Amino acid sequence: MNIPAIQISADAPRTAADSLHALADTARALAEHGAVPGGEKGTVDFTELLHHVQDAKELDSPFGILHLPQFPPFHVAGLSIDMSITKHVVFLWCAALILCVVAIAVARKNSRRPVPTGFGNLFEMVVVFLRDEVAVPNMGSAGLKYMPYLLTTFFFILVMNLLGLIPWGASATGNINVTAGLAIIAFVMIQASAIRAQGFGHYLAHLTGGVHWSLWPIMIPIEILGLFTKPFALCMRLFANMLGGHIVIVSLLGLIFVFGSYFIAIGPVAFVVGINFLELFVALLQAYIFVMLTSLFMGLGMQAGESAHGGDGHDGSVDHST
Amino acid sequence: MLELNSGLILWTILTFIIVLVILRTAAWKPLLGALAAREESIRASLREAEDARAQAARLLEENKRQLAQAEEGSRRIIREGRDMGERLKAELLEKANATSRGMIEQAKEEIRREKDAALIQLRSEASDLVIAAAGKILDANLDTPKQRQLADAAIREIAGAAER
Repeated sequence: MNIPAIQISADAPRTAADSLHALADTARALAEHGAVPGGEKGTVDFTELLHHVQDAKELDSPFGILHLPQFPPFHVAGLSIDMSITKHVVFLWCAALILCVVAIAVARKNSRRPVPTGFGNLFEMVVVFLRDEVAVPNMGSAGLKYMPYLLTTFFFILVMNLLGLIPWGASATGNINVTAGLAIIAFVMIQASAIRAQGFGHYLAHLTGGVHWSLWPIMIPIEILGLFTKPFALCMRLFANMLGGHIVIVSLLGLIFVFGSYFIAIGPVAFVVGINFLELFVALLQAYIFVMLTSLFMGLGMQAGESAHGGDGHDGSVDHST
Repeated sequence: MLELNSGLILWTILTFIIVLVILRTAAWKPLLGALAAREESIRASLREAEDARAQAARLLEENKRQLAQAEEGSRRIIREGRDMGERLKAELLEKANATSRGMIEQAKEEIRREKDAALIQLRSEASDLVIAAAGKILDANLDTPKQRQLADAAIREIAGAAER
């Protein structure tokens, strides 16, 4: 997002980022006109702060800025794909690495001992919760074979969310491309589990909604749209929640620059600490919601198959996406 | 943030699939397996505990029954012993009584026999004495009517005694 630092703010801000830029412009304008006491501090480029929630081609670290390797984009079927390593890719990998190390260590430890203790116990508690309260109620015992997918999704999202809360960290889930990637996988899993549970023929028959054939021209597009709105909602929900929290923090900290005074910092910093705790909760909650809804959608597809076999047919699965 | 970056989407999918493949075999399978095994063992332990409890209750019940039986048995034995003792005592007493009665009878018989013998002897001796006395008296004065009277009286007396 290479929006110029100074922008005409008469435009109605469409996104949160735009409004933040507008905020930054106002701050700079105020500072330039000397309207604020201690205005010279206002010359700090406020967009610097916004970088922390944006993807970037370099990495902030305690040792200065690290430049990441960039590749020229390659073209496949008319699509230009840029596989360059960006900040969010790095944090994607960080999350993957941390998750692998922790999960494998816990699995080793827990399978060696009859009774897990400490962190292993906490980890296992979450696993049991996801199995008994998320997978089994939504999908029945058939859902147990999708446990590896659900567990990986939950912990991967959780670690990515939490990485945004540590200094120099970033939430890869605050980038819509990352959540889109996760949603595409969820889409594939939802369709695959439905086809596996009810067979391809019944899966296609389910798309007609079980109505009279004359209504099919209306019903089939709606059902197909329904297939896509579910993962789309998953993608937007996670992205917006993670980005929103960070933007709230940036905005609160931005108040310091808007007022251009260190004395005002106490208030925003106190709020930011509070928001940080909220973010900690939201990180857990959003990971849970993503997995919970994915398993719900999978379960709906699988149960639709069962009822279709029973002859009754349709349970109206168009609506439950937003 | 909002612009589409197909490269990042691809990276996400790729990373996720790699993580999924690694964790599936290295973490989730052992973890879920250990969980299932533990649950199974807990369920088995509970079942065993339940079985053991039932068995203990059964044993207790059996013990109680055996104890009651043993008590009943001992009570019967005591009662039988006492009865037998009573019977024995009565028998012995009866026997002793019979023996003593027999002895008394025998003694009485003996006494009677002795008495009869004594009577017979006494009578013969008395008659000898009387005869001797009568001879002596006859030698002296048998003719005296008074003395005859006396002798008669004496004889009558003796005879009466012998009659008795």
